[in-house]
Amino acid sequence: MTVSISFQLNGTPTQLEVPDSQLLSEALRQGGSTGTHIGCDTSQCGACVVHVDGQSVKSCTLLTAQVDGKSVTTIEGLANAEDMHPMQQAFKNHHGLQCGFCTPGMVMSAIDLVNHHPDPDEKQIREWLEGNICRCTGYHNIVKAVQHGAQMMKEV
Amino acid sequence: MYDFTYHKPSDLNEAGQLLTNDEAKVVAGGMTLIPTLKQRLAQHSDLVDLSAIAELNGITQTDGVVRIGAMTTHSDVHHSELVRSSIPALADLAGQIGDVQVRNRGTIGGSIANADPAADYPAAVVGLGATVHTNQRDISADDFFTAMFETALGDGEIITAVSFPVPDKAGYAKFANPASRYAIVGVMVAHTQGETRVAVTGAAGSVFRASEMEQALADDFSAEAVRSIAVASDEFNSDIHASAEYRGHLVSVMAARAVMAAG
Repeated sequence: MTVSISFQLNGTPTQLEVPDSQLLSEALRQGGSTGTHIGCDTSQCGACVVHVDGQSVKSCTLLTAQVDGKSVTTIEGLANAEDMHPMQQAFKNHHGLQCGFCTPGMVMSAIDLVNHHPDPDEKQIREWLEGNICRCTGYHNIVKAVQHGAQMMKEV
Repeated sequence: MYDFTYHKPSDLNEAGQLLTNDEAKVVAGGMTLIPTLKQRLAQHSDLVDLSAIAELNGITQTDGVVRIGAMTTHSDVHHSELVRSSIPALADLAGQIGDVQVRNRGTIGGSIANADPAADYPAAVVGLGATVHTNQRDISADDFFTAMFETALGDGEIITAVSFPVPDKAGYAKFANPASRYAIVGVMVAHTQGETRVAVTGAAGSVFRASEMEQALADDFSAEAVRSIAVASDEFNSDIHASAEYRGHLVSVMAARAVMAAG
């Protein structure tokens, strides 16, 4: 069985005919938004985090059918053609990544954090990133990047 | 994932009819169900998504009772000014569930219908003496949770809301699994209109009331009153994270911390 849905993908009206049991992460990747990563099968790693109506969610734990009528933002929807989003720039400046696999999810979660807490302290950042696993960095530079990214987001 | 047919009914009647098929399953937030389906640990012919039924969402307060719609997310409960001012222990508990992304999707109705032995909300429902409303009847907290992953809900019965009487004081403390944030042991204590309740989650197959602790707190609502009370742990859960005996020890420690949190 398939279901017809229409939603906003990074601001673009999008219509899809998808299997009832398809995960949003699968739909996004099949549609070319391969910045949304799939790092586990257990909904724990957070590499697939996107925003649905402005809230961070794990796209591997949502059916595509469930975003009918909603607005989805992926990592591809953050930057314009010229410049990175301030949070992406902060991850680059602070070397908040090594292999980079977890980075799209980290950035999407971090932006949701800053939308709730414009001046997050270290404890808030570490708590907010609990659903995002990085196996390279030990999180130290990620925390620094998010703190700096929060300040840079104010200047835009 | 095995195939299923997805439905998004717009009212409770339509949802109830879809659920007369006993191979059909409700999806609320999906934070347990979808991972379970992904692992092929469950198979359902139909999934009935309740998210379009507006009456299942939202938080209201009337006559000293806070009513939370079944599809209200953990984030909404955690951030609700109404809950934070009337039952701060409940707002705190909701903010300790899983991670941010789980709290943005997971719902109170889904959590208690699933009745995971290590979930947080069962401790709140039983500890605060809540009432579970369904599309068919009202169920008191003490009758709702019947066994591990088992509740009093019948076939096709849908939770619509949970009503919490505003307590005089209440506190929740949990010893969380550091990876999943599920409760290894979590204890909710509450004093409401002359009644003292102590509800324990995580320790046994299902949430339960610690009656000896309730009596001690009724006489003396202090951490010292419960700290030295040992609960029988013979039947407690035992796994790689904690032995039954250790969980028994944690019940007393978490009960004392919950009383301190209640102030």
